[in-house]
Amino acid sequence: MDAAGLVVAVAVVVAGVAIGLWRRRTDGRLRAGGRLRTDGRLRTDGRLRAGGRLRAGGRLRAVSGRVLDDAGTEDSDVIESAAAGRPAPPSVPEPPAAGGDRIDPAVLAALGVQPAEATLLQFSSAFCAPCRAVRRVSAEVAAMIPGVQHVEVDAESHLDAVRALGIWKTPTLLVLDADGRVARRATGVSGKPQLIAALGELLPAR
Amino acid sequence: MQLDPRGPRFAAALTTAVLVIVLATGWGWLALAQTVVFAITAADPRRGPYALLYRALIAPRLGPPAEREDAAPVRFAQLVGFVFLAVASAGYLTGAAALGLAATAFGLLAAFLNAAFGLCLGCEAYLAARRLTTRRPA
Repeated sequence: MDAAGLVVAVAVVVAGVAIGLWRRRTDGRLRAGGRLRTDGRLRTDGRLRAGGRLRAGGRLRAVSGRVLDDAGTEDSDVIESAAAGRPAPPSVPEPPAAGGDRIDPAVLAALGVQPAEATLLQFSSAFCAPCRAVRRVSAEVAAMIPGVQHVEVDAESHLDAVRALGIWKTPTLLVLDADGRVARRATGVSGKPQLIAALGELLPAR
Repeated sequence: MQLDPRGPRFAAALTTAVLVIVLATGWGWLALAQTVVFAITAADPRRGPYALLYRALIAPRLGPPAEREDAAPVRFAQLVGFVFLAVASAGYLTGAAALGLAATAFGLLAAFLNAAFGLCLGCEAYLAARRLTTRRPA
């Protein structure tokens, strides 16, 4: 018997249970869209998560330790398309309700996103079993709600956009509003009701 | 190629058990045997030794699968497992037991997450690896 090996085996299984339970809890959660940097890194500081996860004492959970003020008045960054090589357009103030920053229209065009009231932009890859479930749910929602389109792209063939949009895993689903802002994002498989609720925040009342 | 998704789940559970034994005993030849199993399954998931066991012993007791899944993620995961266990076998069999232990531990984590939660660690890391290994345009 290898005592050290036995200890490692037990530690790995305990770590595996912790990772698995954590992933099960966060999988498919539609978080706030986050902010995009001109260097392509995603900034999520100080943004409320989808669940509005307020800590005791009303402190915002800040991913990078920085918290924006309540009005979200910090200048909005606009992402720059590395592929198009265009300078970033001047930043525009955004209403606090808008989830994230605008994606450069050139990036959206390269991804095949047509103008629509709302877009479910799905990043998939060949080695991705849950991508199929996301495809099914997104296509059903898009077929059900007028004005919503579902666009699925192969992440590997759009690595510039993947970097610019801060995507690390497949499946990642971005919920875009009519202006191309990232209102919500989720990795993993989101539930249909959650997706419909997220779209309901974006679409005008009929 | 389409697979009954319960087959790879069963294979992951068997792999988990085998890797726990490898860690507990430090038995390099068992690690090598698991390496060979990974190699065969990566080449053809339907002909992998654990897949044959599943079809002979488990599948007849279950109904037909509700849905089938693509084989590409499974093959990729087996390839990742093959790399880790090849390193582990080399470590154990050449006397570098610490290397064998570390590589087997990573393999066990991936196999356990797949068996217990249906998570494919290698598949998730794939895009991140592509991001990091492909040069950014200047």
